[in-house]
Amino acid sequence: MSTETEEKYESYYVPEQSPWPIVGAVALFFIAYGAGNFIQQSGDFVETGDAGWGKFVLMGAMAVMIYMLFRWWKDVIKESVEGLYSAQMDRSFKQGMLWFIASEVMFFAAFFGALLYVRQLIIPWLGGEGNNAATHMYLWPDFIPQWPLTTTPDGTTTTGMGAWGLPAINTALLLTSSWTLTIAHHALKENNRQALLNYTVLTAVLGIVFLALQALEYHHAYGEMGLTMGSGIYGSTFFLLTGFHGFHVTLGTIYIIVLSIRCAKGDFTAKHHFAYEAGAWYWHFVDVVWLFLFIFVYLM
Amino acid sequence: MSDHRPTGIKRWLYTTNHKDIGTMYLWFSFIMFLTGGAMAMVIRAELYQPGLQFVEPGFFNQMTTMHGLIMVFGAVMPSMVGLANWLIPMQIGAPDMALPRMNNWSFWILPFAFTLLLSSLFMEGGAPNFGWTFYAPLSTTYAPPSTDFFILGVHMMGISSIMGAINVIVTIFNMRAPGMTLMKMPLFVWTWLITAFLLIMVMPVLAGVVTMMLTDRHFGTAFFDAAGGGDPVMFQHIFWFFGHPEVYIMVLPAFGVVSEIIPAFSRKKLFGYSSMVYATASIALLSFIVWAHHMFAVGMPVAGELFFMIATMLIAVPTGVKVFNWIATMWQGSLTFETPMLFSIAFVILFTIGGFSGVMLAMAPVDFQYHDTYFVVAHFHYVLFPGAIFGTTAAVYYWFPKWTGKMYNETIGKWHFWLSMVFVNLTFFPMHFSGLAGMPRRIPDYNMMFADYNMWASIGAFGLGLTQVFFFVTIIMAIRNGKKADEKQWDGATGLEWDAMPTPAPYHSFSTPPKVD
Repeated sequence: MSTETEEKYESYYVPEQSPWPIVGAVALFFIAYGAGNFIQQSGDFVETGDAGWGKFVLMGAMAVMIYMLFRWWKDVIKESVEGLYSAQMDRSFKQGMLWFIASEVMFFAAFFGALLYVRQLIIPWLGGEGNNAATHMYLWPDFIPQWPLTTTPDGTTTTGMGAWGLPAINTALLLTSSWTLTIAHHALKENNRQALLNYTVLTAVLGIVFLALQALEYHHAYGEMGLTMGSGIYGSTFFLLTGFHGFHVTLGTIYIIVLSIRCAKGDFTAKHHFAYEAGAWYWHFVDVVWLFLFIFVYLM
Repeated sequence: MSDHRPTGIKRWLYTTNHKDIGTMYLWFSFIMFLTGGAMAMVIRAELYQPGLQFVEPGFFNQMTTMHGLIMVFGAVMPSMVGLANWLIPMQIGAPDMALPRMNNWSFWILPFAFTLLLSSLFMEGGAPNFGWTFYAPLSTTYAPPSTDFFILGVHMMGISSIMGAINVIVTIFNMRAPGMTLMKMPLFVWTWLITAFLLIMVMPVLAGVVTMMLTDRHFGTAFFDAAGGGDPVMFQHIFWFFGHPEVYIMVLPAFGVVSEIIPAFSRKKLFGYSSMVYATASIALLSFIVWAHHMFAVGMPVAGELFFMIATMLIAVPTGVKVFNWIATMWQGSLTFETPMLFSIAFVILFTIGGFSGVMLAMAPVDFQYHDTYFVVAHFHYVLFPGAIFGTTAAVYYWFPKWTGKMYNETIGKWHFWLSMVFVNLTFFPMHFSGLAGMPRRIPDYNMMFADYNMWASIGAFGLGLTQVFFFVTIIMAIRNGKKADEKQWDGATGLEWDAMPTPAPYHSFSTPPKVD
């Protein structure tokens, strides 16, 4: 071992024991156990009128999970503020976040893949394309292949969601929010604290407005358009894609709100602000997913 | 840093130490191996003779399903993650894994996920019974209620795997000692880097497909229901987009293990190091475009069948490169045959048999005959048992002296090997014949014409199951009163863990990075 290596080497912080991972594992178990029972019991709800105990297990476990994450991240922030984290540690966090986002991309890819497979192959095949003429004739001869699939093979009808009302406004909102967040990020790097706070809060507000409009759209779909999760494959892909995106915007908005609070308290320095950067990356990722949604779910 | 170890139960519950976590992964996977193995014994007992003897057909289906799920997600994958935890920081000269707390979380999710999965055996309607591939609509319309807990269990395993993979990939990219360039990394590290990439790419897709199952089951969606405009075949496409890379996830780390062990006992450098790296990467990339070879019989367009057939056969090329390199490493080496080497040589031979039957299955027109027969069962057990599991076993024997500073009993180790070698072939080789003759997989009863093959396979399976007791015994004996291992137990071993670290490996790995030339 040469002395030169030792001199240049900044020690990598390996945390001592932590109780939070095991608490998180237990919480996750009860989230799964509670969610499974909740889903099954709400199926019985129609017959028995009793929504069951599953939801209480689920909510309790979620509360523990949130508490755990809060405490875990509190430890991390404390260690960071104490200066325990080297530049190498910072790189670990950054790379970890990027690979996490990569995994999220693949989660959405599964649903986009399903959407494209349905539109490009299944619907035409059900309509008799390729070598499926006999299938079409015997199974559902009246089926008309089209997208949005407003009439399913078994006759369920629905309406397609247009692109140029709320979805277009939502696109503008999300694009604007990515822009405001970038301004805030630059302000942080230039140590302009007031602009940082203002634009971070503005980003969170845009996220909240987006979510409100999305809720309005769902309300409209269920109430007036007859477009539900049960409206055949069009409703399935529509609600799972937009729903999971909306869920990610919700998490992202909570993240940005937390960042706003931390900005107001004077956290983050111009050079050292991994949490802020990770939040920005996450927000941009959610934004890009929306662009694909807008094109493939609404527009085309 | 001092070699201070925390004590008591908190050491294991709260740990952030890569070696403790690796140890827990390995023991967990061994427990799951025995659990899944017990289910295999039920299967083989029922199939010992034609007719129904021991279990109801419905329970038989639960056994095949749970056996597969537990072996894939509970035994093989965690065993590889356990090895990764133990070895990667030691092999690249790092103090620990990059994200030690998350490492602990990745592990501790698993026992809870499998508790959830195994509890389904005691639920009304029984455990999942649709095979480990859980094809819709068997897993949606016709599945027992416990399927919901199976789905949520799979979500938990997925979360664990993704966090584990992120940890591995960040450790390798960011924690290497100065001078440890990518093309100097031991092959075990390389194969795990690529495995981690595959995990991050496909585990979320698995999460997506089980989510679609859940909404189809409970929220009225129609992903896998043609009456609503969906397609049950779409399930298979999404599942196998995950499933095919998954089989490489299970075996690539074993490739890495034998690429370390064969040079050590041949007293030669690995032949064709860089071609090994590129071959592994090629296998991984090709694994993304071959998934539909599992589905030749569903009625795909001919163009699709041709594409997936040819792409699949291409995988034989980089795999052939690897097999060639392992043999060329042994060529003119001064070979000795200690237990890890025996398992590694058997790996090369028997995995190749599994590879060849894979090439046979890759031919679409021929696969119409083999599809869903015991030939397929023979094929994937050849790549998984003498492949992945022999790989892990070899790794445990090879690094055990380094990890613990104690030596296992070589005689018992060799008995473990030779009995495993005989019984693994007795179990799985006859399945080729019964499969080619047309015996379908996943049935509790069969035509009299398959009776001989099944009796041999069952005898082999009981022997193979009992033989694993040798493994347990030799490890426990070695931990309790094994004789002291040499500072460097294997004279041909290379790498930082052997050359730059005392034996037994200290509790904390390199707190200052070693020098790499």
